[in-house]
Amino acid sequence: MKLTTLSIVLTVFLAPIYAQAKSPLSGTIKVDGSSTVYPITEAIAEEFQKLHKRVRVMVGVSGTGGGFKKFLASETDINNASRVIKEKEFKTAKEKKIGFVEIPVAYDGLSVLVNKNNNFVSEMSFKMLKKLWEPGDAAKGNSVKKWSDLNPKWPNENIKLYGPGHDSGTFDYFTEAVNGKSKASRADFTASEDDNTLVRGISEGKFAIGYFGYAYYVENKDKLKALKIKEKQSSKAVAPIPSTIADGSYPLARPIFIYVNRKSLSNPLVAEFVKFYIKSAPKLAKEVGYIPLSPKMYNDSLDRINNKNIVYSFYKKNGSSVKK
Amino acid sequence: MNTSNLVLIRKNQTDISDVVRAAYDELTIGKKNNLKRRKLFNTLFRCLCALAVVLAVSVLVVLLSSVFIDGWQWLDWQFLTDFPSRHVEKSGIKSGIFGSVMIIVITMITAIPIGVGSAIYIQELMRESWLKSFVKTNISNLSGIPSIIYGILGLAVFVRILGFDRSILAGALALSLVILPIIIIATSEALAAIPNSIRNAALALGATKWQMVRDHILPNAWAEILTGVILATSRAFGETAPLLIVGALSYAAFVPEGIFDYFTTLPIQIFNWTGRPQAEFHQLAAAGIIVLMAILLVTNSLAIFLRNQFKRKII
Repeated sequence: MKLTTLSIVLTVFLAPIYAQAKSPLSGTIKVDGSSTVYPITEAIAEEFQKLHKRVRVMVGVSGTGGGFKKFLASETDINNASRVIKEKEFKTAKEKKIGFVEIPVAYDGLSVLVNKNNNFVSEMSFKMLKKLWEPGDAAKGNSVKKWSDLNPKWPNENIKLYGPGHDSGTFDYFTEAVNGKSKASRADFTASEDDNTLVRGISEGKFAIGYFGYAYYVENKDKLKALKIKEKQSSKAVAPIPSTIADGSYPLARPIFIYVNRKSLSNPLVAEFVKFYIKSAPKLAKEVGYIPLSPKMYNDSLDRINNKNIVYSFYKKNGSSVKK
Repeated sequence: MNTSNLVLIRKNQTDISDVVRAAYDELTIGKKNNLKRRKLFNTLFRCLCALAVVLAVSVLVVLLSSVFIDGWQWLDWQFLTDFPSRHVEKSGIKSGIFGSVMIIVITMITAIPIGVGSAIYIQELMRESWLKSFVKTNISNLSGIPSIIYGILGLAVFVRILGFDRSILAGALALSLVILPIIIIATSEALAAIPNSIRNAALALGATKWQMVRDHILPNAWAEILTGVILATSRAFGETAPLLIVGALSYAAFVPEGIFDYFTTLPIQIFNWTGRPQAEFHQLAAAGIIVLMAILLVTNSLAIFLRNQFKRKII
């Protein structure tokens, strides 16, 4: 009896010390980049530091593009990215001989939203979205000003547009998917880097419309209505829900990434962190409002970070990569 | 004809003096009437000023009460002693508090001597010339530059060229640049307010400029200088933009271990939480604002206490 009590006491008191002693890892991991990916990385950093008490994971937020600048100056180990690396950024990486592995960590379903009390529109095609958001005439801008300009049956009221600002990866992705060119957008909309501002704007204006990440829609479902989206005129419109985002049938579903510096990966600490990231992503991504990828995609990523011969490893559906 | 005209004029002259007297009488009577009007205007002026105060204070009250209503429930010991977390209830602001306090201490250590020193040089030692007014004008201009510009300068000079990395030291130096003009201007004004008789008296007795400044100018000016320092500290405490540029972290679950360590600050934590989708994080941000205000209040009260001590000593 006494022995049992003693062992319990010992286990309770010594377990944390043992756990601490067990982890040989110590050091610093530097992460920066997109604010969209930030909540996932933060959650994973928090869990990782619980296991390895002497490790410090530091996460900054300077946007996907700003983060890549630091990443390509070798100032960070990992870059959070809500879009894939750009041609220009990749060129810099090549010039500076900075190898990396691109790892998708979750899906985000970019949502197009209107006011809760909007009862005339429930779905939109890519064609209509393009008509609404394209830059339009160089001098006069986009000619769609009223809802009735899109559909004669809709009210003769001014459309109030809301969207993320120019430095946002979400803006890059949406303009590329809808208008066909990254950053090509009409300019007369209310832009904010803070998605909560967009939520407020759309929930307060009956004739407002805007777009932002799925996580912000989930938290504000009571104030907003998400439109169903169809890619082609003939296809069926799909609503942004976890299942349609995960299987890719929602046309504005996009993977979000982390980019890991190849050199940093040879540091056991960073390698361990990235493996932990991939293993914990399904659970933690969901917890902070994103949709997990398929198990196969996570396994592919694990395989790719173990392959030491690869310099630039891009994630594609068939898992292609550039070898040394 | 001519004489009669003259007589007429003379008569008119007396008439004129009569008219003047009458006018004067009327004027004084008018003044009596005017008094009522002037008093009315005085009351009106008083009301308008009171209204301005009420407006300013009520905005503050609305702001503070909404912050307190949102943040009060999250404010506890755990909030002060835990690191940030994705779980609202486990999230805390420890790294922000330590980062902010360390950065402010270093900012003050660098900014006060340089600021006060420059002001003394400009005000007491520099000869009147175009150069002096040129320097003074430029310092006034510098105080109006958006703080983010100092952040960019800090990134280029302290982070990259001097190689301080994204450390507390780099952040603090960038912040000192932001508040230097404020301290210099406040100190210059404090020095300018000291009557020349004091300077002349000291110099007449054979004191050197250094003795004059040390024994007569500074003791009399300290109270005013401290007011400027208080304003500058408050400004530095709330600054976010330059620190974001210099590279303060958004997530840091550690207390900085020295001036070359990485850091986060209270305003950055608050900014980060307000950007989250979940409403609970917005309330957490409100709790962070309360902590920030409490720290500001404590440091400012301390400074005001010190200032009053100085005042008492002199008088």
